[in-house]
Amino acid sequence: MSYKRKDLLGTIDLSTDEILYFLDAAKEFKNLNLQDIKKIDYLRGKTTINAFYENSTRTRTSFEIAAKRLGADTINFSSSNSSVNKGETLIDTMNNMAAMKSDIIVLRHPSSGAAKLASKHTDASIVNAGDGMNEHPSQALLDLFTLREFGKSLDSNTTVAIVGDIARSRVARSDAWAMNTLGMNVKIFAPTMMMPKNAEVFNAHICKNMEEACEGSDVIIMLRIQLERGDGDVSFPSSREYSKFFGLNKKRIALANKNAIVLHPGPINRGVELNSDVADGEHSVILNQVESGVAMRMAILNTLIKNRG
Amino acid sequence: MKIAIQNGTIVNNNEKFKANVLIEGDRIVKITSDEIEADVKIDASGKFIMPGLIDMHVHFRDPGYEYKDDIISGSQAAVAGGVTTCLCMANTNPVNDNASITREMIRKARECGLIDLMPIAAISKGLGGKELVEMGDLIEAGAVAFSDDGLPVSSSSVMRAALEYSKMFGSFCISHSEDCSLCRQGVMHEGKVSAILGLKGMAREKEEIAVSRDMLLAKLTNAHIHIAHVSSEYSLKIIEMGRKEGINITCEVTPHHFSFSDDDILQNAYDANFKMSPPLREISDIKAIREALKSGLVDVIATDHAPHHNDEKIVEFDRAPFGIIGLQTLVPLTLKLVKEGVISLERMVELTSANAAKMLNLKDKGRIAEGMLADIAVIDPDIEYIYDEKINRSKSINSPLFGKNLKGAAVVTIKSGKIVYKFGE
Repeated sequence: MSYKRKDLLGTIDLSTDEILYFLDAAKEFKNLNLQDIKKIDYLRGKTTINAFYENSTRTRTSFEIAAKRLGADTINFSSSNSSVNKGETLIDTMNNMAAMKSDIIVLRHPSSGAAKLASKHTDASIVNAGDGMNEHPSQALLDLFTLREFGKSLDSNTTVAIVGDIARSRVARSDAWAMNTLGMNVKIFAPTMMMPKNAEVFNAHICKNMEEACEGSDVIIMLRIQLERGDGDVSFPSSREYSKFFGLNKKRIALANKNAIVLHPGPINRGVELNSDVADGEHSVILNQVESGVAMRMAILNTLIKNRG
Repeated sequence: MKIAIQNGTIVNNNEKFKANVLIEGDRIVKITSDEIEADVKIDASGKFIMPGLIDMHVHFRDPGYEYKDDIISGSQAAVAGGVTTCLCMANTNPVNDNASITREMIRKARECGLIDLMPIAAISKGLGGKELVEMGDLIEAGAVAFSDDGLPVSSSSVMRAALEYSKMFGSFCISHSEDCSLCRQGVMHEGKVSAILGLKGMAREKEEIAVSRDMLLAKLTNAHIHIAHVSSEYSLKIIEMGRKEGINITCEVTPHHFSFSDDDILQNAYDANFKMSPPLREISDIKAIREALKSGLVDVIATDHAPHHNDEKIVEFDRAPFGIIGLQTLVPLTLKLVKEGVISLERMVELTSANAAKMLNLKDKGRIAEGMLADIAVIDPDIEYIYDEKINRSKSINSPLFGKNLKGAAVVTIKSGKIVYKFGE
């Protein structure tokens, strides 16, 4: 079984086989990334565009490195220095990119559903690099890859706690959908105003506090608190209080299972959702995630190029 | 010229019988079982002869946004949907907050000659929510009610004054019930589907709080409040309670709120033609709305016809404007309720014309009877067609039903004794 679709838009409709296919494919590229010469020509003559309508460092760089290591020509553009500022619509921008014979457009956008909209209206393959609060599938796949690398089975024997701003997190959604499909045990926890109404759709155990979230977990995925958001919603009273009641520290990690690992999609708010002693501590696999991210993105780009025939 | 409509079934709010209708001038002059001689004969075999529909809630975007619809295209869409009277909302540009705009809207509609256009003037100047419009002047110019629809009146004091003052002129206020402070930037109903799609939700309570407030203000002022586009189960409970208490509260629901749920947004992958305000809610709300249509709690079905250009709708869901067109889908969606046994044909007439005529004190509309104005919709319940550009008369196509198969339509529409629409012509 492989992955046969034109785009990668989310994990919500991925099958177990499709998820595992990407994890296996990434392994090959992970090995390549450990070599002295980290480049192959699988994508020579192909063009990928990173269209980023939101700020990003690691995701954009990760996709760029991935494309370049595969030999593709890759172009970056951000909404701040593009025709988006002249009022061009998303569909028009995507079609213009496709008209320049781009093969893949990696799209990061603040609107949920933007990747789906783009895929419907353009011939280029779309990789969703995060759309609003909806999905961030490559992050979920690299999370799963990391879990596997650290010996966690991707089935009901592994318990994962996802903690933080569940309501607004595209990482939480992509992780939860994929983990549901694999049959893993998922727990979620957030301060009430960051938990969506009808959170039962995540098919996860909803915890009452951090202690319950940590207890018995093999994996703890901490989400970034979006301090920069100014959308008028009542959030939490202070970073100090957040850290006290909802942050991950050594004491709480001690409640988790032996060999538990801590993930975070980055960038970290140090001292808020993660104390530095955890972020830099023995349980943290955050930099491994970043490392695996390149391999996963190489697997995704390579697969979609192959699918274009 | 004499027009005869023959062999059809006349449907009023309290009766249904087979008869022939003779129209002379702008009136219905005879209803008889006898053969009628006339210049024009319409065979209505197997069809219903209903009073011309009165849509209490439309946006024709004229003046200001004529690229979406104007009074002419809006009128054409209306008669193609069997609608002969439209109440136009005030959120035009400039806003209909003064008599000259009101007069101009009416003049333009008369010149077009397809429908009676009755403007709903704004409650507050420029829809700013602060200063009341000159209600007396506006009534004299032809406005029939007041609403800042599209925006809620957030100040309770302004709403209280609006109710008190409109009552002096024998008019009423229409509430766009929304407490915007409850959740900002919401784009759909807050529930399971918004949780899955990662779209910002609007809680039902956003509407229910505002319905409660405006009902209490109607109690305080003893004035008439009409709640536009009710979408939630609990809003209906609040209205029912007020009604029992003797508060002068009426309400309308839209066909899209009794036909679709938020699940359609999931099934249709963020299609912004399912984006409206108030948003599509859950199956339990649809059930409650249908029950209220059945029980008599709902007074009126209104379309909230809200045209938006295709370019504005084929965008990211959260960037698309709220609203869909509805004039030409009112009949098929309401007939579906009849076919499903939710309401009777007589109740359909009550909801789509008789009650509105009563509320607006239109004594010669809302009924097929001798002496009444000849505003008539001949409705074929069985006709099947694709609702596409050949059928659509609006300048906009922002409907989730566009391109879909529909059943039931107005096949002939008569306004003041003139045939203004024939299906397929």
